[in-house]
Amino acid sequence: MKLTLKIWRQPSQNVKGKFETYSLDNVSEHMSFLEMLDVLNEKLSFEQKVPIAFEHDCREGICGTCSLVINGQPHGPLQGTTTCQLHMRNFKDGETIVIEPYRASAFPVLKDLSVDRGALDRIIQAGGFISVSTGQAQDANAVPIEKDVASHAFDAATCIGCGACVAACPNSSAMLFTSAKVAHLALLPQGKVEAQKRVLNMVRQMDLENFGNCSNITACEAECPKGISVSNIALMNREFLSASFSSNDAN
Amino acid sequence: MDNLNLNGNVPSGDLADKWTKYRSTLPLVAPNNKLKIEIIVVGTGLAGASAAATLGELGYLVKCYTFHDSPRRAHSIAAQGGINAAKNYRNDGDSVFRLFYDTIKGGDYRSREANVYRLAEVSTSIIDQAVAQGVPFAREYGGLLDNRSFGGVQVSRTFYARGQTGQQLLLGAYQSLSRQIALGNVKMFTRHEMIELVLKDGKARGIIARNLLTGELEKHGAHAVVLATGGYGNVFYLSTNAMNCNVTAAMRAVAKGAFMANPCFTQIHPTCIPQMGEYQSKLTLMSESLRNDGRVWVPAKKEDAKAIRDGVKTALDIPEADRDYFLERRYPAFGNLVPRDVASRAAKTACDEGNGIVPTGLGVFLDFSAAIERYGKSKANILGLSNPTNAKIVELGEKVIEEKYGNLFEMYEKISGENPYKFPMKIYPAVHYTMGGLWVDYNLMTNVPGLFSIGESNFSDHGANRLGASALMQGLADGYFVLPYTIGTFLSEDISTPKLDVNAPEFTAAADLAKQRIDKLFAIKGKQSAESFHRRLGKIIWEYCGMSRTAEGLTLARQQVRALRDEFYSDLYLPGVANDLNPELEKALRVADFIDLGEIMVVDALDRNESCGGHFREEYQTPDGEALRRDDEYAYVSAWEFKGADQDPILHKEMLHFDNVELKTRSYK
Repeated sequence: MKLTLKIWRQPSQNVKGKFETYSLDNVSEHMSFLEMLDVLNEKLSFEQKVPIAFEHDCREGICGTCSLVINGQPHGPLQGTTTCQLHMRNFKDGETIVIEPYRASAFPVLKDLSVDRGALDRIIQAGGFISVSTGQAQDANAVPIEKDVASHAFDAATCIGCGACVAACPNSSAMLFTSAKVAHLALLPQGKVEAQKRVLNMVRQMDLENFGNCSNITACEAECPKGISVSNIALMNREFLSASFSSNDAN
Repeated sequence: MDNLNLNGNVPSGDLADKWTKYRSTLPLVAPNNKLKIEIIVVGTGLAGASAAATLGELGYLVKCYTFHDSPRRAHSIAAQGGINAAKNYRNDGDSVFRLFYDTIKGGDYRSREANVYRLAEVSTSIIDQAVAQGVPFAREYGGLLDNRSFGGVQVSRTFYARGQTGQQLLLGAYQSLSRQIALGNVKMFTRHEMIELVLKDGKARGIIARNLLTGELEKHGAHAVVLATGGYGNVFYLSTNAMNCNVTAAMRAVAKGAFMANPCFTQIHPTCIPQMGEYQSKLTLMSESLRNDGRVWVPAKKEDAKAIRDGVKTALDIPEADRDYFLERRYPAFGNLVPRDVASRAAKTACDEGNGIVPTGLGVFLDFSAAIERYGKSKANILGLSNPTNAKIVELGEKVIEEKYGNLFEMYEKISGENPYKFPMKIYPAVHYTMGGLWVDYNLMTNVPGLFSIGESNFSDHGANRLGASALMQGLADGYFVLPYTIGTFLSEDISTPKLDVNAPEFTAAADLAKQRIDKLFAIKGKQSAESFHRRLGKIIWEYCGMSRTAEGLTLARQQVRALRDEFYSDLYLPGVANDLNPELEKALRVADFIDLGEIMVVDALDRNESCGGHFREEYQTPDGEALRRDDEYAYVSAWEFKGADQDPILHKEMLHFDNVELKTRSYK
């Protein structure tokens, strides 16, 4: 198939970017979207031009490195799918595809399609863990956990930290990302001990990072490649509210 | 150094007590001194993240580096199947000794007994630690942990978290690391790639890291350097590794004198999605756990195989009697659960005989219909359905399969465009893991004092073949429970060494060296991309140093790799500039190191005149095509000293001694 690609080019963070148009022939429907970009980059290399910077790594939908907003949608048109798992069979011959970086003030563009998502790491550092040092653990079967509870926690824990929820949200809110970690840990008995402190610190960091607020649009869930549910946001709100009333030990 | 007697520094005493005794007598570093000692950890996968977090908890000043934008991206995240531990929660006769024995045997008797026993011993603590961190392992209705069986063993000792065990374990380690970062015990450097090792007075004392955003070559010093930089599977270009996995950190250490051990021991995983086209950038693994319920087959008749390749027939058109379940036929005792090397070679043989089922001829079926029927009937029974229809059985069975492997089936469908519940999966072996790596002693220290190597980047525990669900185990064992102790043997003698001065001439020289390498690549101004060289290197290595090898092929491969190196340094095109985010420069630096590693690999494969584990030399096979190991001559670790690209590497041998297991011919029949 033959494609026209409108791709955002921006030399660096402080230089204004713009769309450039490229055309690409002989795209196989079996190619992944990123392989299509590889082919374009190889072509640009042969023409002695600077290839397009985009982030990617595992190419099996689990590392969360790839991003991109494709025709207005983070990770493109296919539901529950990261960009690296999106294949060209989902596009039509002759189609024009618009490719941009995630747009959010908390995710500054570094170059072309690469953005800085360090803010998400800092939210985890603020409290997205259980404070257990190596060697302190008791036997793994000492605390039984109801299968459904473990499964519910697992659903939240499958977040890959790609940031699509932020890119999808008109307010650039990171509530889905933050709530997924809050829920994962708050649901498990091991994580309950410091649940209050955790939610207060993580939410505070999230606000410090310039993410917007949640206004229940739920585009985050719709675009999440791992199907993380917005019910986690409700859970986080409950946790936050009760912690705000009953705890004075944030930090 | 006597090149026949490389010493693994294994402590004396009974195998079962060795680690406990040694651990109790290891020199310690007092808490007040830890606060003055800096440690560099390169890499944030399971080994690196767990080591950095644990060393931080102990009070050391840790500096941790990753080329990713976040420590959570490391490729450990993609491990699917599970993690082994000798918990014996199933009461099926498992024990530390049995896990040790399975691992030694699975590795075809080419690993160090003491290391493997220690690995089996600490395996149980890993599960405890992970559960305490909130890793949501699969559970049974009683709330206790579930297990499954995995290839190459006959007990169920594998703990799993759906098909995302690596992700959940890595997030556990990442969260522990994040806690230490917040506490200020670990300083995290993301988007930093190590491109040179710094030695001072013969000891590893720092690294030169390229800041990938600015291109700046930064000098970082520490009392010791830990490499947790993963394997070199991407030397094959196409592999199940992530795109950015590379061997640069390890090869930079090799260039400074560290030995590369057993590089020819590479693992070809039997169940991956077959290659579809030339543009393909990577191969995708389908977890080995699928072989618990999937049956591997090809059509018994060549004409049926051809009809399937040509799209005239599908798997469903082949009657049961005309299917060759070749693993079950050749290995009745283990069937579809034979170890990876055995399963891979059997698939290759079936395809070489002309029975492959994808257009390239390189593919076999992995079929779940029998499991769907079995689970469906069992579920119908539980639900009390009398005389359920076939459709009902299939519906119930598919639900059970979905619960067990749902995300894998979904991933398969996205990539292949076919529904694996209705049609059997099409699979073929692909490069997945590298057992070889930096040579380390019992303390996980390389032959360069102060330079440690953990996880897949070292060679230590898997011999010539790794068993399923053992990579996660080893990465976390090294990082949580071994290195934090053994590093004390080196550091306890360094408590009065002051903080390293990065303006010392050794650092400046290393930074200059790195700059020269970069300038040299830009100066070539040729016509071919780094990617294209990488692809060609991969083809050479796959063809001659892949699933089966011959002296003739390997000799040819070495010439070809050398010719490719010459071409690389005379015709590379490198766009952009050095002082900027430049993925093409990153790639070119990595490809240069892959080429050098590729040559050492081929030399190693040529030296090892036997077949063992992942290393199958066609000259050395039994009449029925099984691997022929030669213990009398080759029961050693090959540790290669690199003398520069224009010279032959020098072989050092560590003789392997087996006092607790009898060397047997591995049989899964």
